[in-house]
Order: sequence, then C-alpha cells, then structure tokens
Amino acid sequence: MTGVTDISVDLDPRAPLLHVDDLHVEFRTRDGVANAVNGASFWLNPGETLAILGESGCGKSVTAQAVMGILDSPPAHVTGGRVLFRGADLLQLPEKSRREFRANRIAMIFQDALSALNPVYTVGFQLAEMFRKHRGMSRADAKRRSVELLDQVRIPAAQERINDYPHQFSGGMRQRVMIAMALALDPEVLIADEPTTALDVTVQAQIMGLLAELQRQRNMGLILITHDMGVVADVADRISVMYAGRIVEEAPVYDIYAHPAHPYTKALLESIPRLDHKGRQLNVIRGLPPSLTDLPPGCAFHPRCGYARDICRTDQPPAYQIAAHRISRCHFIREVLGV
Amino acid sequence: MFRYIVRRLLQMVLTFFGATFVVYALMFAAQDDPIQALVGERPITPSQRTALTERFHLDDNFFAQYWYYMKGLLTGDFGTSLTNRKIADMLADAWPVTLRLSLLAIVIAATIAILAGVVSGIRRGSIFDNATLAITLVVLAMPIVVLAPLAQLVFGIKLGWFPVTAGQDAGLWQLLLPATVLASLVVATELRVTRASVAENLRADYVRTAKAKGLTRARVIGVHVLRNSLIPVITLIGVDLGALMSGAIVTEKVFNIPGVGFNLFRGIRTEDGPLVVGFVSVLVIVFLVVNLIVDLLYAVLDPRIRYE
Repeated sequence: MTGVTDISVDLDPRAPLLHVDDLHVEFRTRDGVANAVNGASFWLNPGETLAILGESGCGKSVTAQAVMGILDSPPAHVTGGRVLFRGADLLQLPEKSRREFRANRIAMIFQDALSALNPVYTVGFQLAEMFRKHRGMSRADAKRRSVELLDQVRIPAAQERINDYPHQFSGGMRQRVMIAMALALDPEVLIADEPTTALDVTVQAQIMGLLAELQRQRNMGLILITHDMGVVADVADRISVMYAGRIVEEAPVYDIYAHPAHPYTKALLESIPRLDHKGRQLNVIRGLPPSLTDLPPGCAFHPRCGYARDICRTDQPPAYQIAAHRISRCHFIREVLGV
Repeated sequence: MFRYIVRRLLQMVLTFFGATFVVYALMFAAQDDPIQALVGERPITPSQRTALTERFHLDDNFFAQYWYYMKGLLTGDFGTSLTNRKIADMLADAWPVTLRLSLLAIVIAATIAILAGVVSGIRRGSIFDNATLAITLVVLAMPIVVLAPLAQLVFGIKLGWFPVTAGQDAGLWQLLLPATVLASLVVATELRVTRASVAENLRADYVRTAKAKGLTRARVIGVHVLRNSLIPVITLIGVDLGALMSGAIVTEKVFNIPGVGFNLFRGIRTEDGPLVVGFVSVLVIVFLVVNLIVDLLYAVLDPRIRYE
C-alpha cells in the first residue's frame, strides 16, 4: 500500500496498528513543570475511528503531537510510555527513521487550516512538496498527482485552483486542502485535531462526511480529537474521554451515551443543551479544569465531582475493566452507572 | 496593481514638491549674504553685486525664487553652485561612488544580519544569541563620529589592512572599510528584526504542519520559515538603503569619499543654497523610488497583500 522504500524498522503486521501505552509528556517552563499528559493509553485498528474527547487543555492535542513526534522540545519532553506502530516503538527511533513515519504512515490535520497552511506558497506547491520530497517525483508528475488529490477531496476546478494561495480558499475548501495533503502518501493512520471546530455547522457536516468516506475507501485508522460530543456521536466507533492528561473512560460510542461510567463523562453529557429539556436550567460542570502545574492528588476530577469521597482525594483510581472494551477510572463506577 | 503604482507616483510628485519646498525655505531662511559667501574675503564692487543679485534673482521674493528654481529643476537644469560649477555635473560625479558605497554597505549588513539573525532566532538564549546581542548593542551604542575615525585608525593606519581613504574612482576594496562602518549603523536593527521574525514564525501553525509532513528540519526552516521571516526584513533593508545613501555624511567625510554626503557637508558649511537643495532634491526622489520598490516587493513576497 505505501510506497515507502527504505524503512529500516521491523513492523509486525499482527500487532495493533497504533497502540499508545502510558504516555507521559511534560512541559518544562520557567514557571515550573506542567504535566500535560499523565499516562494516556489507547489503541487503534485499521478502518476504525477513535474519538479522543476532552476540554481545552486536557492534553489531547499534546498527545497527538507526541504520537507524530512534532512537539517543540524544549519546552515539551516525552518522559515515559510507548507509541507502538505495528509493534515498533516510535519513541525509540532516531529522528531520521521517525520522519519516515510522518505523512507516510501517520498523518495529521489541524484545527485552523488558514494558519496551518503556509501563507506564502501556493496550495499546489505545498501539495506537490509531499510527492517531490518523499517520492522523488518530477515537478510535472507531482503536479498531476496534486490535482488528482484535490479532485478526490472534491475541490471544484482543481486544475486552476492549484495555483491559488491558501487565503484565496473558503474555510471548508481550505480544510479539504489540508485533508488532501495529509492523505497524499496514503497513510495508515490519520489524526484529525479538531478538524471542524473553525467551520460553520453545515460545512462541518460536509467535512466529517468526506473524512468518513475517505477513511472507508482506504481502510484507514482515524483518531478524531474533539471537544464536540455532537460530532463524535455520528462518526466514532469508540470514545476515549480525556481529563487532565489521562484517559478516564474508554468505551464503544453507543455505551458511552447510554451508560456513562465516569462522573466526568456523565457531566459532559448532561451539559449538552437538549430541545426536550427546553426551559430547564442547563447542567454545567462546576469549577475549572485543574492547573497542569499543580494537579490535585488522587483523582484529578475530585474537586469538581459530585461522587467524590475521601478515597478520591488520596488514591488515584486504577483503570477498571467493566466490559470487553470498556474502561473507567473511577472508584465508584457502580454508583455512576446506577447499578 | 497598475492603479496602485499610478496613485503612488502621484503621491510621490506631491511629496517631492513638499520636501523640496521645505528644504528650499530652510536654506532661504538661513541665508545671510550669499554673495559675500561666494566671493569670500575679497572686496566686491556695487556693480558686481548688482550683476550677481540679478543673475541669482536674489532681489525677488521667496516664492518667485522657488518658482525659478523649480522651473530649472523640471527642465533638467539644477543650476550652478556658488562655486560656479554646474550642480548637474557635481551630482553625476558624486552619485556613482555613493551608490557603490551604500550598496556595498547594505550587502554587508544584510548578509550578517540574516545569517546571524536566523541562527539566533532558532537558538534563542544560546551563547551565540547572547553574544550577538551584546556585540550589536555595543556597535549600536557607538556613534558614527567615533566609529568611523576609530576604524580608520585601527584597520587603516595601525594594522594597515585597508586603504585609509577612498577617492573618486574607489573600487570595492577601497570602499570595504567605510562600507563596513556604514553597515554597522543598520546591522543591529536588521539582525534583531530577523531574529524576532524567525522566532515568531518558528512557533507558527504552518511550521507544525511542515513538520507533520515529514519534511527535514533544513527544509522546514530553509523553505517554510525563511520566506515568511524575511518579509519584514526585506522591507527594513529597503528603507535602510535609502537612509544609507543620505546618511553617509560623516563616513564620507572621514574617509574622504567625494560622494553625496561629502558634497552636502561642504554645501551646508559654505551656505551654498543651490548645491544643498539640488542634492537633497535628488535624495528625496531616490528615497521615494526606493520606498515604492520596497512596497511592491512586499506584495511579491507576501501573496496576501494585494494593491488596488
């Protein structure tokens, strides 16, 4: 499938496509150490969509960038854990081999395509760059392939638009360009970091539809990073809920909406405005997310949690397995589930 | 784009008249007795005085004099200096050497500023970054009236590495030392702007994208960051070039280079009104043209800017 010629890394085709295991990332700044990711774990199979859900600053983007290996270091340092791609630990690879994985096997798209694309180069240049630098294609071949890509993401008049600059596209079209660029080298994993947050609702639906379609065609693993529970419900197979740099609940999408097993997930669901609750006070999560430089002891959610008791203030809850693919980090799962 | 250029050219005409008017008025106001200044210590007969007054329209009011002057200027006649040389000839002699000097200076300054600025921008807080900051601050703090004679003394006379002065037909080698002195005037700001611009662009989202595309660090910086970072630097270099052409008064004097600054200095000292106004008029035009070119270049470098 991939045209990568020189991968010196042994890959095990039977191992999970992507497995992030106990990942730790910290930011060392003058004001102290911020623990952005504190043992995040998840896995992904081909053709599957995993949504990583959480508030701003919960570490979901940092996790994605650590998987890609594009964190700015300093200040960011990956201090522990493994990122296994088909069994090979990417964190142990030298930068040169690591680079081979980027875009070739794991690609990423970003929230704001206007700032994520280079303003001073044409879209054609930025697309063709992928083929020229990774595949050694000629200028003409790279251009032809770039036009094909823009056609695939359904940008009208691709032949002409290839010479346009990013600012000459609309928001939705720009995100399509980002997607085309990420898919240029047929990656096996696509990480989409809030791909629709900057877009209008109607355009959001189009982009999510396009992503889902391309994913089906290519049997690609998709990690969808979002804070929007509405986006998640339609497209995700599984959901990992992240809080203060940790996955606090993981479950198939249906289960999580029907029976949330973590107080945080439950609170998130209750804070969605619903038409059938019109006129009633909206349940919001009280308090603020904890400061990453000063995480509370025990369960990081306890200061905002209605179920919290003494044990929550001292003991960090382990990952309780509650069903085949369900995990929750809460001392009081039974109460939360209401069983 | 075309309409923009036309509009700018019209603006330039206005600016040109405004600037020459002000300079002319200042020289007019500062004039004490130009005829005495012309003849120096020698006595002058009333008939000679009348003839000269007639010739230079000295009895007419200020506006009439300005009118005569501009009429000459627009027909290509810069008039004669009080030393009786044609100012057009003096300009033709002075400009080539000043142009060479300032271009050489800007090349030196830009090369150092961009190379060191990019490295400092990438390695903020490193020894290299702090060292360049310290050195540029020292150079920046030293006035040119100190720096120029000092450089001449140390590198020209004591060490003998460079020629001490440069004449009319000075080659690159003779101009190297004065050009370096001149470059020190602008290198610090250019370096700091490059550094800040690179540092800012390194944090930009599109750099993250470029990394995610699996590009090498050399390509991320050399292609993606550099082009964006140079936009403000190029603008600054253009403005500096204009400033250097007019700002070489001290340097040209110290190194005895008969350029624009050298002539201006002499004109101001001898109250040679026509000479000063003539040279300044050309300087104004050069400055305006350089600025127009810089603004057009800006649109070439940054496709988001469209003039209409």
